[in-house]
Amino acid sequence: MSTDTAALQANLLAQIAAADAPEALEAIRVAAMGKQGQVTQLLKTLGGMSPDERAVAGPAFNGLREAVTAALAAKKAALDDAALNAKLAAERQDMTLPVALPAGGSVHPISQVMDELAEIFADLGFAVADGPEIEDDWHNFTALNIPESHPARAMHDTFYIAGQPSMVLRTHTSPVQIRTMMGQRPPIRIIAPGRVYRSDSDATHTPMFHQIEGLVIDKGITLAHLRWTLETFIKAFFEVDDVALRFRPSYFPFTEPSVEVDVGYSSKTGKPAGAGQVDKWLEVLGSGMVHPRVIAACGLDPAEWQGFAFGTGVDRLAMLKYGLTDLRAFFDGDIKWLRHHGFSAFDLPSISAGAQL
Amino acid sequence: MKFTLSWLKDHLETSASVAEIAEALTRCGLEVEGIENPADRLGAFTIAHVLTAERHPQADKLQVLSVDTGAGAPVQVVCGAPNARAGMKGVFGAPGTFVPGTGITLKVAAIRGVESRGMMCSMRELELSDEHDGIIALPDDAPVGARYIDWAGLNDPVFDIAITPNRQECLGVNGIARDLAAAGLGTLKPRAIVPVAGRFPMPRPITIEDAEGCPAFAGRVVRGVANGPSPEWLQRRLRAVGLRPISALVDITNFLSIDCGRPLHVYDVARLNGGLTARRARAGETVLALNGKTYALDETMTVIADAAEVHDIGGIMGGEHSGCSETTTEVLIEAAWFTPERIGATGRALGINSDARARFERGVDPAFVVPGLELATRMVLDLCGGEASEMVVAGQIPDTSRSIAYRPARVAGLAGLDVAAAEQAAILTRLGFGVSGDGDVWQVSVPSWRRDVDGEADLVEEVVRIHGLDLVPSTPLPRAEGVAAPTATPLQRSQRRLRRALAGRGLDEAITWSFLPPAAAEAFGGAAFVLANPISADMAAMRPSLLPGLLGAAARNMDRGQSTVRLFELGQRYLADGERPTAAILLAGEARARDWRSGPATRADAWDAKAEALAALAALGAPVQRLAVAAPADGWWHPGRAGRLVLGKQVLADFGIIHPRTSAAFDVKGPVAAVELYLDALPPRSRKREAYAPSPLLPLSRDFAFVVDESLPADSLIRAVAGADKALITGVSLFDRYAGPGVAAGKISLAVAITLQPTTATLTEAEIEAVSAKVVAAAAKLGAVLRG
Repeated sequence: MSTDTAALQANLLAQIAAADAPEALEAIRVAAMGKQGQVTQLLKTLGGMSPDERAVAGPAFNGLREAVTAALAAKKAALDDAALNAKLAAERQDMTLPVALPAGGSVHPISQVMDELAEIFADLGFAVADGPEIEDDWHNFTALNIPESHPARAMHDTFYIAGQPSMVLRTHTSPVQIRTMMGQRPPIRIIAPGRVYRSDSDATHTPMFHQIEGLVIDKGITLAHLRWTLETFIKAFFEVDDVALRFRPSYFPFTEPSVEVDVGYSSKTGKPAGAGQVDKWLEVLGSGMVHPRVIAACGLDPAEWQGFAFGTGVDRLAMLKYGLTDLRAFFDGDIKWLRHHGFSAFDLPSISAGAQL
Repeated sequence: MKFTLSWLKDHLETSASVAEIAEALTRCGLEVEGIENPADRLGAFTIAHVLTAERHPQADKLQVLSVDTGAGAPVQVVCGAPNARAGMKGVFGAPGTFVPGTGITLKVAAIRGVESRGMMCSMRELELSDEHDGIIALPDDAPVGARYIDWAGLNDPVFDIAITPNRQECLGVNGIARDLAAAGLGTLKPRAIVPVAGRFPMPRPITIEDAEGCPAFAGRVVRGVANGPSPEWLQRRLRAVGLRPISALVDITNFLSIDCGRPLHVYDVARLNGGLTARRARAGETVLALNGKTYALDETMTVIADAAEVHDIGGIMGGEHSGCSETTTEVLIEAAWFTPERIGATGRALGINSDARARFERGVDPAFVVPGLELATRMVLDLCGGEASEMVVAGQIPDTSRSIAYRPARVAGLAGLDVAAAEQAAILTRLGFGVSGDGDVWQVSVPSWRRDVDGEADLVEEVVRIHGLDLVPSTPLPRAEGVAAPTATPLQRSQRRLRRALAGRGLDEAITWSFLPPAAAEAFGGAAFVLANPISADMAAMRPSLLPGLLGAAARNMDRGQSTVRLFELGQRYLADGERPTAAILLAGEARARDWRSGPATRADAWDAKAEALAALAALGAPVQRLAVAAPADGWWHPGRAGRLVLGKQVLADFGIIHPRTSAAFDVKGPVAAVELYLDALPPRSRKREAYAPSPLLPLSRDFAFVVDESLPADSLIRAVAGADKALITGVSLFDRYAGPGVAAGKISLAVAITLQPTTATLTEAEIEAVSAKVVAAAAKLGAVLRG
């Protein structure tokens, strides 16, 4: 490379490096690479050279052109970047400003527990059945082996409908047993959750509460199946590996034998527990073998069909599982309580995800 | 049912501990609700001898005692009781002992400069009575150093057990003892009942006019009795189980009621006018009962009356007038058998819950009418003296003897538990059943006291109960093959879907009472069902709508400072023609809080309600595009800011602003937007979808601004435009609504965008023009003109 060419290249590169705006860079480009530009003019001289001269000057001139072109491109990119950076810097916003979140929304703990129960029992082959809350006396009492004069009837603290002495607010979900047995042929496996009513109101009782009833009618069903079913349900519902149940004799007019079921509980874990861990027993479930008279009242032959029934309080299950204490708050509609104790719409109980997400 | 350990041991020979007895009771189905042992409270107090008593040097009213506690050297005790004196015996509490009557734990203390190492106690300090005039003074033969409760016979744990309605015989201590003996806890002590020979004929006739209510009435008179306080052992027993001793004659009836479940009644013969008759009460008759209340009787009730008046609400409560007192010298003892059903009905009607009712209502042992009267007579003679008349039994004692064909194999068949036949027979025999036969089917006779047992399943229960119900094993229910089949009904699926859709839209699910104050129900059309016996007047009317419950919850929340209320509920409405599954949504307070981006807070309006209603219906798969909006039909909606969504003739939902008068009646301030969705009116959800066939041709959009009468429902314009060319127009959206300068008064401008979807080829300008012309023409039929 001749001294002139080298000087020109050094000069141009210095100008490019010094350019501080796109306009200045463009002026340099035109002065160097434009039609009348210094580099363009120099390249044009190649045509008048001898082959020998061209062999020397050609690579030198082309080298000059490439170096200048590259320097221009690099500088343009650098200036564009700087310009964009300056623009973005000017666009800065305060990302710490708050945004309004959509309202949370919640599913009531009772509904959540009912969905959990439906899911667990569906896996055991139990369908969900329901019946009216304003019941007739026959379904609520008589068919369940609680005749008019029976002391158990008085113990139910029944609400009666004015002007319709044979209509009551159902005192338990057991009339759904009757409706189911009258409505379909065995084998039967159902659960029946729902609102029930008793004229009772104190710290631990509300005049409206929720029960869930279970019924299995088939051939050869025994209390041993009841025990397994309840163990399986309690383990799944409370998400524990083991649970001790205690069967105690009791009395319900619609079961014989009747069984009060206590669930072994560990104060340490705050959950139902297996035999070794139990330090107290919770009275949770009433159950037994469906009374032959009840089966007969539904038009089935008790010599052919038998089975078990159980019932428990949904509110109580919810309280035990989720550590709720005040039953009255369940029915108050207090938004703070509902948000605190309620569940997200997406906490849909499922077998694969677990009852509680 | 309360009883003490010593009382139980009158009937049961046993060496079992209190804990073992409690465990066995619960195991047999006699659930122990509590055990109170006086030894826990008073076991540390001992009998002590006051050796010397000197005046306290610093206080006139105090003495310094030297007390021999029976353990080592005498201790010095400062005592303020006026009756403390040298030589007396009393009850001593050492330092470290908790004194229940004062709630203080004793410690060594200096009282006015003199050290005191313990305390001599009064009755009140031990919570044995209210006596506090001085310390307890014991007889001279009281053994120094012995535990006071042992010497005083107070070391007798009290059991409190729950008796289920089928087990009347366990309302007597002897019945409980029989169960425990059957469960292997000891031996039932046979009770010797020696009949008392009558010394004279029964002087007062007994007759039955109401054989249905009182089939049998046994009675006799004892004359020459002295009715003072009953002996200390009897009083102690009654007090231990929570009864107040009254007089020997009354205490005897209370004692036997608990001891063997046999209620009795005693009449002061001097107060009777002639004999006694069991008859129906007459309308207008009243009786002053032993609880001091006067009861109005009617013809459904069985009473015991003399020639002049009613003396006893049969089997429920005696009358004050003929009650026995300290002046009674001649007593008529009644042992009757009343029909349980009648007792229950009368007891409910009068609202009396007495010990007698509890027993008769469950059905006392009919075979024990005469033995019970003999026992009572013997006790009266023993405790009150006198001589007994002959016994008379009016009416017929019901014969309840029966036997049941019993297959021992049913124990395994029902309970899933193997119990050997021999053990089954032994259990039934110990419980008083008679077992005969030894094959597959036995004949089992039922004892007279087991009114509840009438079938094979009952006998299975008896065997399992005593053998051990908790021994029932765990056997898996047979499981259907494969993955569990879905079980939810379409309605259940809808409810679950809706609940989570609404929660997902930021609404909180409430559960409110099914019953309302009647006025609240009235504001929503009135209740079809009202409770005859509500728990309070505010919970009397079965809700005809879910909105009142949510309005009440909204008012409570706003009172508690909530600025925004977004609630929903799923539940039943109770209508005359049935229960209707329903969902309700309520928006009160701020719909949108003030915010730096969106400006001031806004209230929920009717369109917010409409949006929630449509979102809910869409979540349920209802054809929201096909719904029409009709005017609200019910008076609790704002007449101009509410509507109902209808599909053909079916009303699917009401939405809008609650009538301000209605929301004000519920104390909710400001407008309330609400929705009520009628889940039973929804068309079945179709899971079928059209085949997916996207057009390869690009859709295009054209805007039109129409000027229409202000009163024209926007919906009718949208429908008209959409109907202008059903083949090409696939969407119409209203994107602007304007009234003001440029638009004449009484008119509004509605701007709609239509989407045109070419089907076969790209549309030409001429084709687009043609569609536009159809749109304008269709709108024109409604009086709409294109805005210039």
